Amino acid sequence: MTSEGKAVVAGESEIDCNETIYRLYTYLDGELTEDRRQEIKHHLDKCRDCVEAFDFEAELRAVIAQRCKDHVPDTLRERVRDSLVEEERKQQNTRG
Amino acid sequence: MLPDWAAATRTGTGPCGGWLSFGVADRAVFADLAMEHMQALYTAALRMTRSPADAEDLVQETFLKAYRAFDRFEEGTNLKAWLYKILTNTFINSYRAAKRRPEKADVEDVEDLYLYHRLDELQTAGTGRSAEEEFFDRITGDDVKQAIESLPEAFRIAVLLADVEGFSYKEIADITDVPIGTVMSRIHRGRRSLQKALAPSALAQGLVGSIEPGH
Repeated sequence: MTSEGKAVVAGESEIDCNETIYRLYTYLDGELTEDRRQEIKHHLDKCRDCVEAFDFEAELRAVIAQRCKDHVPDTLRERVRDSLVEEERKQQNTRG
Repeated sequence: MLPDWAAATRTGTGPCGGWLSFGVADRAVFADLAMEHMQALYTAALRMTRSPADAEDLVQETFLKAYRAFDRFEEGTNLKAWLYKILTNTFINSYRAAKRRPEKADVEDVEDLYLYHRLDELQTAGTGRSAEEEFFDRITGDDVKQAIESLPEAFRIAVLLADVEGFSYKEIADITDVPIGTVMSRIHRGRRSLQKALAPSALAQGLVGSIEPGH
């Protein structure tokens, strides 16, 4: 088999729902190789169940990122600013 | 994947923005750029320490260390990832030891699509909306934060860096100083465990009615 032939086979090989779900996170993280990504995409084009599962996981992650935010107290910003100013002053004194 | 150095801007625009391309040893500029990451660092510090007072101390210490080590910061390096490395190291070295609560080191194995399947088992009566939609609408920031904080430390940090901060596997491996395979495993197992931790929130909403004990 030529290398060209292999590439075609890799791109068109069929994977099942189990393998698709197994690679779900790596796919959503954008960390799959191009061949693997194409395999998943190919499967998703034909499988409504897997698309729904992927959509749910993607939305869950978006919701987690969006709602996991905390307001920074103004006092902390001031505290950090002050400590950096103080540090700069110390370093300038050391340097003479 | 290599960053596009040519297109790198001073502050970046992506979720992990912060590619620097200035060459002047200007501490004030550096401090300003670092301060832009305050919100993200404080959020991470809160999840790590689970204490507002400790989180504030940890953030201040991180900025001070970064300021002092500014000379060693390499131009063209991802500033946000660098700050997170300092934050994570400082947490592990100083704050973990002071922690009073003992905790489990590992997570139990949770099946793929745990939450999706639990929600799928439900029909939301009469509303015409799916249980998934209801869940996403109603879940609160506190639900999410508590669920993340319930994870064992190594998993908590990996999930936090991946899902809240959007770092890549490689960046997380660099930040936490563990092999990339371990990072992947922690993120994936941590996420599944997080889903189980979120299920009681769905239950409290009256959504998930059929969570079997011990499942």
